[in-house]
Amino acid sequence: MSDSTCPSEPPAVAADSDGLDELDRAIVLATQAGLPLVPDPWGAVGSPLGLAGNEVRARMQRMIDSGVIRRIAAVPNHYRLGYMANGMSVWDVDDARIDRLGREVAAVPGVSHCYRRPRHLPDWPYNLFVMLHGHTRDEVERQAEALHERLGEACRDYRILYSTRILKKTGLRLVRRPGPPR
Amino acid sequence: MSGERVSRPEPAELDDADRRIVNRLQEGLPLCERPYAFVAAELALSEGELLYRLERLLEAGVLSRFGPMYHAERLGGGLTLAALAVPEADYERVIAAVNAFPEVAHNYRREHRLNMWFVLATETPQRIGEVIAAIEAATGLAVFNMPKQEEFHVRLHLPV
Repeated sequence: MSDSTCPSEPPAVAADSDGLDELDRAIVLATQAGLPLVPDPWGAVGSPLGLAGNEVRARMQRMIDSGVIRRIAAVPNHYRLGYMANGMSVWDVDDARIDRLGREVAAVPGVSHCYRRPRHLPDWPYNLFVMLHGHTRDEVERQAEALHERLGEACRDYRILYSTRILKKTGLRLVRRPGPPR
Repeated sequence: MSGERVSRPEPAELDDADRRIVNRLQEGLPLCERPYAFVAAELALSEGELLYRLERLLEAGVLSRFGPMYHAERLGGGLTLAALAVPEADYERVIAAVNAFPEVAHNYRREHRLNMWFVLATETPQRIGEVIAAIEAATGLAVFNMPKQEEFHVRLHLPV
């Protein structure tokens, strides 16, 4: 139901270049720390904004359709779930083949994030980043070996950079309330 | 907060219902009218029990967050991954200097000559460059900026 010409809807508010209007942004602001844990979370989000629950749902559906919201889900803490080995694997992959291979690697179970990023030669030759999570380093290393086989000769070198200490983890705050500069 | 040291948490003890909730809710909450009641029915729990357990899983830090996952760039913001090669003797000072920037969302020590890796999230894409320059000025170190050029997949799913 993304019919924005429905006559019962309020007049359209000018949307920003990203397609979000003020109320969409207010919904983002109200939910970026989390969705309320009450039977009607949409109503709880909408009520301070003067929106009914079904309007909040319709707006969130539009944000899902446009890719602004990836999905509404639980973000686990790796360590608390027993995933004690978290490695950022980095790969030096032939530029001509990285786009096809990146898509293949991304489809392997266990891969969470998979990105192409710039090299910084000579210090940093790696251009494909794949996050791997396991209960042990052995498990992560086996995952990396399987990826290495799949990449074949297009991959010149790879490494796994394990995280050994969390220095800061505040989460993203994507939209800030207007207020005095910090 | 500047010298912040976050320890690596120990694995939590989860019972079978907790595990079903963690697995199911990593998949996503439907946008239906009573979404928790809908998921609770799938898991053979009552809505009240699901809400109670979900709250407990968040309090215990088993889940770090529950809600919409926003795509920073599509919201008009800037996002990048950056790294520093920090001399060991200077490591604590550099943690404080880097973490003092509110734009630093996550920061990890990793095993490599590039031994500090952080994510910058800013309200505008242009601001990324300004923050990087400010971090270079504050630390005296060159920032290796590694913005994503292509995203092949982002979907964290850790079965328990």
